[in-house]
Amino acid sequence: MKSDSMTLRRWVNRVALTLTGLCALVTVSTLFFLLGYITLNGIGAINWEFLTQLPKPVGETGGGMANAIVGTAKLLGLASLIGVPIGFFGGIYLSEYGHGRLAFWVRYASDVLNGVPSIVIGIFAYILIVLPMKGFSTLAGGFALGIMMIPIAVRTTEEFLRLIPASVREASYALGVRQWKTTVFVVIPAAARGLMTGILLDLARVAGETAPLLFTALNNRIWSHGWTEPTSSLPVMIYTYAISPYEDWHRQAWAAALVLMLLVLVVNGGARILLPRRRETA
Amino acid sequence: MSTPSEPVMPPRITPPAEEPRVEGAALAVEKLNAWFGSNHVVKDISISFPKHHVTALIGPSGCGKSTFIRCLNRMHEVVPGARVSGSVLLEGDNIYAEGVDPVRIRRRIGMVFQKPNPFPTMSIYDNVAAGLRLNGTNRVSVLDAAVEEGLHLAALWDEVKDKLRAPGTSLSGGQQQRLCIARALAVKPEILLMDEPCSALDPIATGKIEELIYQLRERYTVGIVTHNMQQAARVSSFTGFLLMGELVEFGATGKIFTNPKDSRTEAYITGRFG
Ligand SMILES: Nc1ncnc2c1ncn2[C@@H]1O[C@H](COP(=O)(O)OP(=O)(O)O)[C@@H](O)[C@H]1O
Ligand SMILES: [Mg+2]
Repeated sequence: MKSDSMTLRRWVNRVALTLTGLCALVTVSTLFFLLGYITLNGIGAINWEFLTQLPKPVGETGGGMANAIVGTAKLLGLASLIGVPIGFFGGIYLSEYGHGRLAFWVRYASDVLNGVPSIVIGIFAYILIVLPMKGFSTLAGGFALGIMMIPIAVRTTEEFLRLIPASVREASYALGVRQWKTTVFVVIPAAARGLMTGILLDLARVAGETAPLLFTALNNRIWSHGWTEPTSSLPVMIYTYAISPYEDWHRQAWAAALVLMLLVLVVNGGARILLPRRRETA
Repeated sequence: MSTPSEPVMPPRITPPAEEPRVEGAALAVEKLNAWFGSNHVVKDISISFPKHHVTALIGPSGCGKSTFIRCLNRMHEVVPGARVSGSVLLEGDNIYAEGVDPVRIRRRIGMVFQKPNPFPTMSIYDNVAAGLRLNGTNRVSVLDAAVEEGLHLAALWDEVKDKLRAPGTSLSGGQQQRLCIARALAVKPEILLMDEPCSALDPIATGKIEELIYQLRERYTVGIVTHNMQQAARVSSFTGFLLMGELVEFGATGKIFTNPKDSRTEAYITGRFG
């Protein structure tokens, strides 16, 4: 009897262990397959010309995506300018000051916003900015990406501030320090690494968004000046080139995918390095 | 007066058998009640903390000692849902009166917590200077002097004077607690409250801090919560015994430990419960 149930348990244990191991393996190998495949296809088309030249006219081979790289950088910069402060202050409010009904609704709204499909956010920016300004622009694209950054910035800021124990805040209050000064000079510095990490991961997440850009930044085969002209961006270039009939464009789409992946990997890596250590460096 | 067979361990610092001399109360508590939501935790406590003495509060775990002491510098209300009634007179003025700014009260009544809680990102120096800096003092000479004095008062100066820039968290537990004491003293409070300041420390560190508390009474009025009766006997001149949120007995420490009036106090100090 007893040994029977033991045997059964051992088998269940083995099966469960194998399954979880297998799933872990699938996760890791998918990533490596993806990285390997994109590198294999993209590396051949990446060269100095690709990084520094504009796209050649349709039909000619060669050229590059310098404008798309700069466009993506501008879009992400603008998105951070909108998403980071709003998300950051919203998160501070929720963690340090929000105890009542308002906090509940802010939290709820940010969770819902996080679930809104990115294409809907694109349409929102289209109606709010593209239509009134009568044209696609970096401004509209950055706005759409910025809106997408808010909910994650809010929640990561809140989570990382909450990791700072109440005893640290109380130590400050007990010295007769006001709450806002405690927040600014004690709590936020203590959580700084985590906050940076959250923002970088947030940035990496929107870097590859394509759908909202189709409605807002559109695309551009030449340089986009200022903030009110349509702009090229890596995700939209990948989309456009990948569905084109030209062999050369396919190669360039792979190269653009590789650049975008590297960008995300670098940002992610930066976030990992910043991630809060268990103990503060002694 | 004191019976030869004392029920507690022979204290290192013998509590004086006669009434300690009192010259007024630094803090007078009248009919203080405190709640967490609907949980009535502190019930009608009236007690006064004589100037330049150490007053100990003892009692079993969960009897409301921490809650009570946190009411004395308006830290109780920091917890959401917490509520207080009654009055606490600091030099005659009620700290719970209408319009009193709790932040100002906390500058006059410092607090040291059960677990050492140095600011995690700050150096030893910055920890001690924090209270002054965050209240607007930026003169380096003033800060230097305050940090050195605070660390001297907390008997930590000699151990850290060569590494003031090291993180506060790099110190040992006992040193961290003395750092917290230095930090509290650097803002020059009139009263220092301590909530079981030694319960997370080893016996040697505990001994050092007890020595320190005993010294501090010369300059400050000290209130200390402890569940360690020997500690109360060693450091305090007055002791209050709390049970289930009520103050059962209050008096000179020597009296409480040798000749308690209430049978529950006697039961507690002879170790029959708690
Ligand atoms: N933050 C809190 N929220 C709700 N109840 C609390 C809180 N802290 C303490 N209490 C309750 O108050 C009572 C007294 O606790 P406390 O003052 O910490 O006792 P002591 O310090 O004597 O051990 C306990 O019953 C405890 O459950
Ligand atoms: Mg306690």
